[in-house]
Amino acid sequence: MCGIIGVIDKKRELMDGSSIRQALSRMDERGSGEGAGYVAYGVFPEFKNYYAIHVFFDNIHEAKGSVDSLLSEWGTVVHDEEIPTSDHAKIRKVHTPWRYFFKPDATLMPRSTAPEEDIVTHIVMKVNTMMPGVLIFSSGKNIGVFKASGWPEDVADFYKIHEYKGYIWLGHNRYPTNTPGWWGGAHPFNLLNWSVVHNGEITSYGTNRRYIESYGYQCTMFTDTEVVAYLVDLLVRRHGLSAEMAVKALAPPFWDEIDRMPEKERLLHTAIRLTYGPALMNGPFAIVVANENSIVGFTDRIKLRPLVSGEYGNRLYISSEEAAIRTMEPDVERIMMPRAGSPVIGRLIT
Amino acid sequence: MNIGTVPMKFRVSIDQEQCMACGRCVENCSYGVFRMENGVVRVSPRHCVACHRCLAMCPRDAISIEERPVDYRSHPLWTTEVKEAIFNQARTGKIIVAGMGNALPYPVIFDRLVLDACQVTNPSIDPLREPMELRTYVGKKPSHLDLLTKENGDVELMSALVPNLMLETPIMIGHMSYGAISLNAQTSLAKAVSEIGTFMGTGEGGLHESLYPYQSNMIVQVASGRFGVDINYLERGAAIEIKIGQGAKPGIGGHLPGEKVNKEVSVTRMIPEGSDAISPAPHHDIYSIEDLKQLVRGLKEATEWKKPVFVKIAAVHNSAAIAAGIARSSADAIVIDGFRGGTGAAPRVFRDHVGIPVEAAIASVDAKLRQQGIRNEVSIIASGGIRESADVAKIIALGADAVYIGTAALIALGCRVCGTCNRGVCAWGIATQRADLVSRLDTEIGSKQVVNLIHGWTDELAELMGAAGINSIESLRGNRDRLRSYMLDEALMTVLDVKSVGA
Repeated sequence: MCGIIGVIDKKRELMDGSSIRQALSRMDERGSGEGAGYVAYGVFPEFKNYYAIHVFFDNIHEAKGSVDSLLSEWGTVVHDEEIPTSDHAKIRKVHTPWRYFFKPDATLMPRSTAPEEDIVTHIVMKVNTMMPGVLIFSSGKNIGVFKASGWPEDVADFYKIHEYKGYIWLGHNRYPTNTPGWWGGAHPFNLLNWSVVHNGEITSYGTNRRYIESYGYQCTMFTDTEVVAYLVDLLVRRHGLSAEMAVKALAPPFWDEIDRMPEKERLLHTAIRLTYGPALMNGPFAIVVANENSIVGFTDRIKLRPLVSGEYGNRLYISSEEAAIRTMEPDVERIMMPRAGSPVIGRLIT
Repeated sequence: MNIGTVPMKFRVSIDQEQCMACGRCVENCSYGVFRMENGVVRVSPRHCVACHRCLAMCPRDAISIEERPVDYRSHPLWTTEVKEAIFNQARTGKIIVAGMGNALPYPVIFDRLVLDACQVTNPSIDPLREPMELRTYVGKKPSHLDLLTKENGDVELMSALVPNLMLETPIMIGHMSYGAISLNAQTSLAKAVSEIGTFMGTGEGGLHESLYPYQSNMIVQVASGRFGVDINYLERGAAIEIKIGQGAKPGIGGHLPGEKVNKEVSVTRMIPEGSDAISPAPHHDIYSIEDLKQLVRGLKEATEWKKPVFVKIAAVHNSAAIAAGIARSSADAIVIDGFRGGTGAAPRVFRDHVGIPVEAAIASVDAKLRQQGIRNEVSIIASGGIRESADVAKIIALGADAVYIGTAALIALGCRVCGTCNRGVCAWGIATQRADLVSRLDTEIGSKQVVNLIHGWTDELAELMGAAGINSIESLRGNRDRLRSYMLDEALMTVLDVKSVGA
C-alpha cells in the first residue's frame, strides 16, 4: 500500500508544510500509522551553501562525538543543533534527531570530479554502515527530511512541519512490512539532493542492490526504496543521463515496443536496456523522485501501483490519489494518469 | 586369471512367454547383447550398458534389465566402482576412460536451493496475460552511455554498441562436436536452435558443409587442437568460442577415439581418417592471460570485429580470478563449465574428481566481477549439469546471463545417459559415426523434440519469473534475494550469497 505525494512550484514560490500534511492524512487508508515522512527543498536559506546532514542518534551521548570528529576530519561544521520537535502524545522519541550544516573540504578528495558530493556520500555510507546507533537520513543542500513512526499528521506536528517553507515537497504515508516502527525505515529516502518516496515492492531489489554496490554505494536501511535514490544518483549525477532517459533505464519499454520503433530510437532504447539492464526495476511501484530542480513521478512497466498528476498555476502535483491532490489544491486542473513507465516531470522555470 | 570374472552390471532377461522372436532387439542392440538361436532370442548380458534401445523397440515388453543382480559385499569405502576400477587397471595398466559427466554422488547444490514467489504485498505476474521478457543479449555491454540531448529534445546515442548475440530464451546448446556426436545429432540440434532463435556450439570438430544453412545460429569453437579451424569456419559462425577447458575434464585436452573418425569427420576436422584426435592440454600459444588476450583479439581482427568471442573455462577453484582476467581480454562472454558437464570421453579420474560445481563457480565469478565493477560489461554463460528449467532459473539468479545445455538436449534425442559414448556404438545414433546407427536418428523428429524441450523450459521459466513478480530476465539475473538455501552449510551460503529458508 502506502500513499505518496509530491509537489513542485516551478517559480520557486515557497509553500509551508501545512497543506501537504492535510493531503497526506487524506490517504490514511493507505497507511498503518507506523511511519510517515516529508522532505522539503529550500528550507534552510541561511545555510543554503552547506550540506544539511540530518542524523538519528539512538543514544546521543555515546555516538555524537564520533560523528563530530568524522565530519571535522572531512570539512567544517558551521552550525549544529537538535532538530526542533514538539512534545507529542502519540510519538515516542526513540531517537534524537540532530542536524549539522557542513562544508566539505574539496581538497581532501583530489581525484574526484565532484569532491564535495563524493565526500558527503562517503560520510553517509560510512556512518550508516560502520557506526551502530547512528543513521544519516538527509544530506542535501538547503533541504531537509523529517520522518518518524506514526500517522502523517502526528509526524508533521512532531517536527512542526508547518514552520518550514519549501518550493518542493514530497510526503509519504507508510504501511510497513519490512521494518515497522523503525524511524529509518520511513520515507522519504535521501542522498545528497536526491529524495525518493515509493509505494510498492521492488522484486528486482537483489539485482539492483548488487549493481549499485559495485559502484561504491552501500544499502544500509533494510528496505528496497533507498536503492532508487542511489540508482538515480548514479544514472543522473554520475553518468549524466537526463531524467527522462534515467526513467527509460529504470522502467524501460518492452522489447515488443522497442522492436517497432524507428531505427534510431530502437538503437537508443536497445543500448539503454543492454547497458542498464541491472538497474531495471521490477515489481509493483509508483515513485516520486526529487532533486533541487525537479520532481519526477513514474510507475513500474505494467503500472501495478496508482499514480495521478495534476497542475495548478505553476504547481505540479503527483500523488497516489486524486483526493490527496484536491486536498492541497481544490481547483487543480489537468488531472492525468500517466501510462506505465512514462515519467511525469516538473522542472523549475529558470 | 587371478582376478577372474566380476559380477555382471546388468542382467538382461527375456520373458519367453511374451517374446514373439521378431528379432528387433537383435537388430537394434549395437553392443551385441542379443542373438537369435533356432528361433529363440538368447542374451549375453555382460555386454549390456542399459541404453534401453532394446526396451524401446520391443513390441511385447518382453525384455527386462536389472542393475547389479549380484553385487559385491557392500562396503562404504571399497565400493563396487572402486574395486572394478582397480581390477580394470590391474589388468590393463592404463588410464580408465569413460563417457558422460561426473558419476560420484556429490550433493547437488541446485537441489538445496529454492525459489521465491509473490504473496499479497506484490502481485505475481501472469505470463499468459502480461508480457514476459526472456530476451537475452550475450556479449559485451558499455559500462555507461553517452547520450546527447539536442536542442529540439532529440536524444542522440554517442556510445557505440559492439555485436551481441540476441537470444529469445536464455537457453543455448553447448559445444558437442561432430565426431563426438553424429551429423544427424548435430543437424537435429542445429534445426532446433534456428527455429527457436537461440544458438548452439559446434565443438572442436569443425563445421560440416551440410550445417552451413544453420550457421547464423552456430558458435564455432577454437580449441587447443585447432581441429577444423580456418577462416571460412570462423567467418561462418555467429560467434567464436575459445575453449580453454571443459568441466568434465579440467586441465586436459579433448579425446576423440580414432574409431569415430570416419571420412566425413576427418574432412570436417581436417585430420587423417581413423586417427585419434587428442587435443593438447593447454593451447600452445596461450601460456598466460596476455596470450589469451592476443588470441581473442587475433580472432576478432580476422573476422573484422564483427563477432563476439567467448572464452570457455572449466569451473576450478580459482575461477573467479581467472574470469576477471578473461573479462579484461576483450572477450565478450565467459563460459563457466561445471564439474558435472558431460563429455564423449574423459579419463574417469578427471571426470569424477577435478573441478567444482557450476553453482558455486557462477556465484563467485559474478561476485568478483561486480566487486571489480565490470560485471555488466561481459556476459556469463553457465554450463555443466543443467537438468531442468528450475536449474536455469536458479543459476541465473546466482548471476549467469544464459546457460548451455548438453546432456539434456541429447536426452531429448533419445539418449539414456548410459555413459558409453566413448565406445562409438551408440544405439540411438547420437554418439556414433556408424552409418547404420546414425541413420536411426531422424533429424526432423529429433529437432522437433529439442524444440519442444526448450519451449517447455522457456514457458516454465516465464511462469517462475511471473510468480516471483519479475517480467524481465534482467531482474532475475544475480537476484540472489529470490533464492533460499535449504540445508546448505554456512560457508557455502556465504559463497552463494543466499540466506537460509525462513531467513
